[in-house]
Amino acid sequence: MDSQELKTKIESFGIEITFLEEETQFLTLTVNPSKLHELAKQLKEDSDTSFDYMFCQTGIDWLEYLEVVYHLKSTTHNHCIVLRTQISSRENPKVDSVYDIWKTADFHEREIFDLFGIKFNNHPDLRRIFLDDDWEGYPLRKDYVDEINIVEL
Amino acid sequence: MSSDVMNKTKTQDYFINMGPQHPSTHGVLRLVLSLDGEVIKSVEPHLGYIHRSIEKMCEKDTYKMIVHLTDRMDYLSCHMNNEAVCLTVEKALELEVSDRVKVIRTLFSELNRLSSHQLWWGVMGMDLGAITSFLYGFRDREMITDIFEETCGARLTMNYNVPGGVMFDIHPNFQKRVKEFIIYFKKKLPEYDDLLSNNVIFKARTEGVGILSKEDAISYGVTGPSGRASGFSCDIRKQHPYSAYDRVDFKEILYSEGDCFARYKARIDEMWESMFIIEQLIDNIPEGSARETTRAVIKLPKGEFYQKVETARGEFGVYIISDGKKSPYRLKFRSPGFSTLNALNTMAKGSKIADLVAIMSTIDLVIPDIDR
Repeated sequence: MDSQELKTKIESFGIEITFLEEETQFLTLTVNPSKLHELAKQLKEDSDTSFDYMFCQTGIDWLEYLEVVYHLKSTTHNHCIVLRTQISSRENPKVDSVYDIWKTADFHEREIFDLFGIKFNNHPDLRRIFLDDDWEGYPLRKDYVDEINIVEL
Repeated sequence: MSSDVMNKTKTQDYFINMGPQHPSTHGVLRLVLSLDGEVIKSVEPHLGYIHRSIEKMCEKDTYKMIVHLTDRMDYLSCHMNNEAVCLTVEKALELEVSDRVKVIRTLFSELNRLSSHQLWWGVMGMDLGAITSFLYGFRDREMITDIFEETCGARLTMNYNVPGGVMFDIHPNFQKRVKEFIIYFKKKLPEYDDLLSNNVIFKARTEGVGILSKEDAISYGVTGPSGRASGFSCDIRKQHPYSAYDRVDFKEILYSEGDCFARYKARIDEMWESMFIIEQLIDNIPEGSARETTRAVIKLPKGEFYQKVETARGEFGVYIISDGKKSPYRLKFRSPGFSTLNALNTMAKGSKIADLVAIMSTIDLVIPDIDR
């Protein structure tokens, strides 16, 4: 399906979503964190979209909010979309895990938890993946203070 | 022993650590194995021993500096990793490189893939107790590293790509030596089959071991030869051709068994395909400039850019979020090994400890690629 057909199809799911207006490499849509899991499940299970392969999942810190970005691809239809969800809380950011939909989320969500501090509800084993368990702070957040300053030039 | 006593006897899982210092983890990876006798109940990887937070470093570096960090991730696919960043930057700048650069990059990528698979083949044999293969693999890989050294001065972390092209034009001897190598290696690759592929002991240790289904391969995002051995068609060179892959003819190697032997065969077949690609291009390197001039400090326009390439281990993605400054606002590397390791538990559950070594070998992990 091309972007326009995908857009119409995804709109027909009846979940509140906003499409990015700008011209981008992949069709990009934003969804509320509370609706994310529902939409993700539909995107995978609907035979017209069947996004069965999540090739990238990552977090971004925009200071006003945190964002989780999902890059999805369908191995049958060969089309891609980018799914984004914005979380306003910095103290206790939470979003539903998509581990039950794409198993690769296991490590990717642990990485995002480790480096951004975003918690994933219903993740089977949410622990830090790279850093020590007693590490304070989340290094990839923009307000993280690196006392050793190893990356400052 | 009476059944009464048996019922009262408590048993518990037995845990052992494999790594972080273990010859067959190929780096500092720690696996916690939960065992029932010799049978693996679960494998839990513990990562982070060489986590350098390259993504954080990138937020402070200029785009030209970032290229140099990427070959410290998957050092056996260093050229492809460099290329991925360069392609992303070029895409963002809308900079078209010359055909010469495209062909040179493709040639180097395939040579790099060959050298990576040669090393993997050698180490794979050694993991299963065949020291000869290790020497064979390194002997042949030496010829490729010599070719690299002649053109760009480095043997492992080459840094040959720069945004806009390659650092220098190829060495005058390059074509001659590559052709010599292809003639040589075409004679040697059948020896690999004689030594391992048709070996009864080797087959017994790999056939039917560590099966990964196609559904799991897709769900876990296991790409590269490991994914294709499970029937997951994921060759980026075919699906999203970059550089000169759209003008060469080659087969995507697919197997359906998903066991260790299929993953082994997929890599052996890929070596033939790589040689086939090199043969098509080596005499047809177009004239042109080897490097487009770019600004000393590159600033990308605002926006998001994603580029994937096929490294020796699978799909490597670069995701740049730029706010218009000289360094990215956020940069994510989607490394193939990270996702592949995630599937290890599924593959190894129910097999013996010795089989885990075979499984680890055939998924071809490079730990800095996972830890980043």
